[in-house]
Amino acid sequence: MSSALEIKNVTHKFGKFRALNNVSVSINVGDFTVLLGLNGAGKTTLYSLITRLYNNNTGSIKIHNFNVREDSSNALKRIGVVFQQPTLDLDLSVEENLYYHASLHGISTADAKLRINEEIGRINLIEKLKNKVRSLSGGQRRRVEIARSLLHKPKLLLLDEPTVGLDIGSRQMILKHVKLLCKKGELAVLWATHLIDEIDKGEKVIVIDKGQILESGDVTKIIKKTRQKTIRDAFNKLVGIKI
Amino acid sequence: MSPIIYFRCFRGIVLREALRFVHQKERFFSALVRPLVWLGIFAAGFRSVLGVAIIPPYETYIPYEVYIAPGLIAMIQLFNGMQSSLSMVYDREMGSMKTMLVSPIPRWFLLISKLLAGVFVSILQVYAFLIIASFWDIIPPITGYFTILPALVISGLMLGSLGMFLSSAIKQLENFAGVMNFVIFPMFFASSALYPLWKIEETSEWLYYICFYNPFTYAVECIRFSLYSQFNLEYGLGILIFSVIFLILSILGYDPARGSLQKKGGK
Repeated sequence: MSSALEIKNVTHKFGKFRALNNVSVSINVGDFTVLLGLNGAGKTTLYSLITRLYNNNTGSIKIHNFNVREDSSNALKRIGVVFQQPTLDLDLSVEENLYYHASLHGISTADAKLRINEEIGRINLIEKLKNKVRSLSGGQRRRVEIARSLLHKPKLLLLDEPTVGLDIGSRQMILKHVKLLCKKGELAVLWATHLIDEIDKGEKVIVIDKGQILESGDVTKIIKKTRQKTIRDAFNKLVGIKI
Repeated sequence: MSPIIYFRCFRGIVLREALRFVHQKERFFSALVRPLVWLGIFAAGFRSVLGVAIIPPYETYIPYEVYIAPGLIAMIQLFNGMQSSLSMVYDREMGSMKTMLVSPIPRWFLLISKLLAGVFVSILQVYAFLIIASFWDIIPPITGYFTILPALVISGLMLGSLGMFLSSAIKQLENFAGVMNFVIFPMFFASSALYPLWKIEETSEWLYYICFYNPFTYAVECIRFSLYSQFNLEYGLGILIFSVIFLILSILGYDPARGSLQKKGGK
């Protein structure tokens, strides 16, 4: 199976602080992978390197074989991102926000219109298209952000704690929507979270702590390897949480 | 990447800035109130105190209001540039800046587009100011309304890129107040905006040199000459050089490989 994301031996420092230490990750096309770690584990730093908000000075990051550092344009074309912080412009309407994103990817107005209708229809928010983002609920804003991240038809979707601060209904709806997208097409998803209940059996999990990858593989493999009964227990054991 | 992709991106960034401008009407009015207060109150009080001799581009004695009008136009652009950089720091703190920075379009192009979008907004404000200023008998030759345009673009670009560079160096929104004290006020007062350079030279030679090498003076004088359909090579070249320097600094500031953001762990 071809690789959607290939990270090899990436280390990143802020001054003397080592935020990531020799991180290697591989995600295949069609994979739904959960990047599981506590707050401050290094998830957002890793995302910032993949999206080239930060420059990776060591190792390599490739998206569909395009090196992020050397061929950032081709690499970034293939990524859709939902950041941890909300990034929609509250003073603009949903439609205006989506057109703006389409223009940042060089999509024509006619194409953008078609894609906006398609994506916004998929998340059942077509009636909110003309509404100001400010008037939407937290869950609706997140869904708009997901729709926006898919407008340019990326091959790899990165979501950084997309359900933080949302009620359980919105969380489940978003999770279900993204998992469905992953199953349908050739989209690979890297879902960063610290919420263990977002992980289903059979999914691939990468456990990160203090900037290091502690374990990687499907849920059952990690449970078996750590000799625990649940993924929660396995995670607690790996990161050293004692209850 | 084809030129049409760049064009669509540029159009999108300008359109967004224009929409934000339309949605934030109070921003437009507050940008106009500031120079009008200077024109209506400050200039009225000082017109008898500060006499202005005949200096180019003027061909006769002029009222003080006419003298400070180009300085106030540059002031609109200075505040607009700083307002844009403030919104960039805010966007960065709030995260919306990231959506732009992860675009596949080269970052230098995105930043220049954002700068030009800001310049476009400031030009609208300047023309609105010029219309209102005509009630104070500040009426340049009709050609001046057209010849000022290139000067406004280049001075807006210079002041905007200075603001952008500052925004790349400022990590938190709270630190922006320092910019007011250490950049905006010294730049405005130590320039030819409120008084001619020869008058400053009479008082203090070292202050004259500070004013003379202040980039804002070049913006003010370029606007002054172009408003009267004249071109001054010295100021024209100066503003161009300052623009290029600030532009390079701001692009480097947002370069992931060199910028200050990554060193500080900012986002």
